[in-house]
Amino acid sequence: MESVRYEAPRELSAAIELLDSVEGARVLAGGTDLLIQLRAALIQPSLLVDLKWIPELTAVSLDEEGLSLGAAVSCAELREHKQIERLFPGLYESAELIGSEQIQGRASVGGNLCNASPAADTVPALLATGARCVVAGPGGTRTLPCERFATGPGETILGRGELLVSIQIPKPAPGTADCYLRLIPRTEMDIAVVGAAVSVTLDASGSCTDARVAQGAVGPTASLVPDAAAALVGGVPDVGRLEAAARAAAGASRPIDDKRGTVRYRRKVTGVLTRRAAEIAIERARQRTR
Amino acid sequence: MDPKTHVHTHINGEPVEFLSEAYRSLLEILRDELMLTGTKEGCTTGDCGACSVTLDGRLVCSCLVLAVEAEGRRVGTVEGIARGETLHPVQQKLLEHAALQCGVCTPGIVVAATSLLERNPDPTEREVRYWLAGNLCRCTGYDKIIRAVLDAASELRGASPNVLE
Ligand code: FES
Ligand code: FES
Repeated sequence: MESVRYEAPRELSAAIELLDSVEGARVLAGGTDLLIQLRAALIQPSLLVDLKWIPELTAVSLDEEGLSLGAAVSCAELREHKQIERLFPGLYESAELIGSEQIQGRASVGGNLCNASPAADTVPALLATGARCVVAGPGGTRTLPCERFATGPGETILGRGELLVSIQIPKPAPGTADCYLRLIPRTEMDIAVVGAAVSVTLDASGSCTDARVAQGAVGPTASLVPDAAAALVGGVPDVGRLEAAARAAAGASRPIDDKRGTVRYRRKVTGVLTRRAAEIAIERARQRTR
Repeated sequence: MDPKTHVHTHINGEPVEFLSEAYRSLLEILRDELMLTGTKEGCTTGDCGACSVTLDGRLVCSCLVLAVEAEGRRVGTVEGIARGETLHPVQQKLLEHAALQCGVCTPGIVVAATSLLERNPDPTEREVRYWLAGNLCRCTGYDKIIRAVLDAASELRGASPNVLE
């Protein structure tokens, strides 16, 4: 903790300039991971760049295009937007599962992405919605799908001077709904053993025309499972399709053995949770087509 | 020597200024510099909730906030909850229900529960339990705390005492 400085720039360009020019600079959003790493001397940054005074990082807007979520918006603030709950119930429930009320008061969805924990709750939910990341840096701005943002545990595509500005989620087609479920050994305040997110689109006849299936905590990063999505699409999602999706999800999982669960257990639960999340998403979508 | 930042903030409605190194937590400054020792330190890792305060009206762990982040923001601590000698109903009901033993968790519970009741004056038992999930208590077994908060909620609403579901 020697000689760390603190800056709270008011403009995005100033933050990029600091991150690019100061060796050992780190961004600070909610700080729920950063402060713990700092105190445990796991990191020794020379500068902390607080992003919470930058308008682009703290804005939330919802229009015809969809949702734009500033990367530093806290989960508690996100939960106050009832429109987000209505449009993306899965993303909403993933944000509601992170830590305590106190943690949600600070922790951000953007931070959840940037910390790149394989077990991050909001990441599978983002993947299921088709979210994209807006990244800014010295070379300008680029946009990429959220599934390409993390490259391994704690690793992201961010280069020097770059930061995550916002998350853009396209407005869901009519008849679309999502769901996120996770397994933890208790009801609150724990880290996912398995996470599963599903988004489905149903037409007026109840047939599934589009789906996205994602999983967390069962691989080095959260990931999409195209085979599980394909199993749901093309007809009314019946037991056969749900079981095929569950099998595909379990088959695609690459969990590790640790104190939270064994490989076999996690793989099995991946299938179970994927199926349950799909059932809930389908039920939500049905209510929207009515 | 670490550089210190001059921080201008409001604590419980009053303007307050202090100097802090960048790495110090709001909890450390509240307790060790400003002598606002009502806010307690338990874990310093965001797990126990003993250090709960509000930051711009939002419930947070002060151990996970840098003191310098308080610049230009409003901090609310347990010292700001009673009105003079008159306890807030949450405090009064915690007393009446004997919802504390050692009392280390109590300031955090008071801050968290009042923050809940400001947002949701009529919470269910389940909502209270989930809202307070980040406030650990090693003594009471929680039940009396939950009863006290529900009772305070009904008093604040001017309703008849809440019966536990
Ligand atoms: S001391 Fe802050 S949560 Fe325990
Ligand atoms: S009364 Fe002792 S920890 Fe709660």
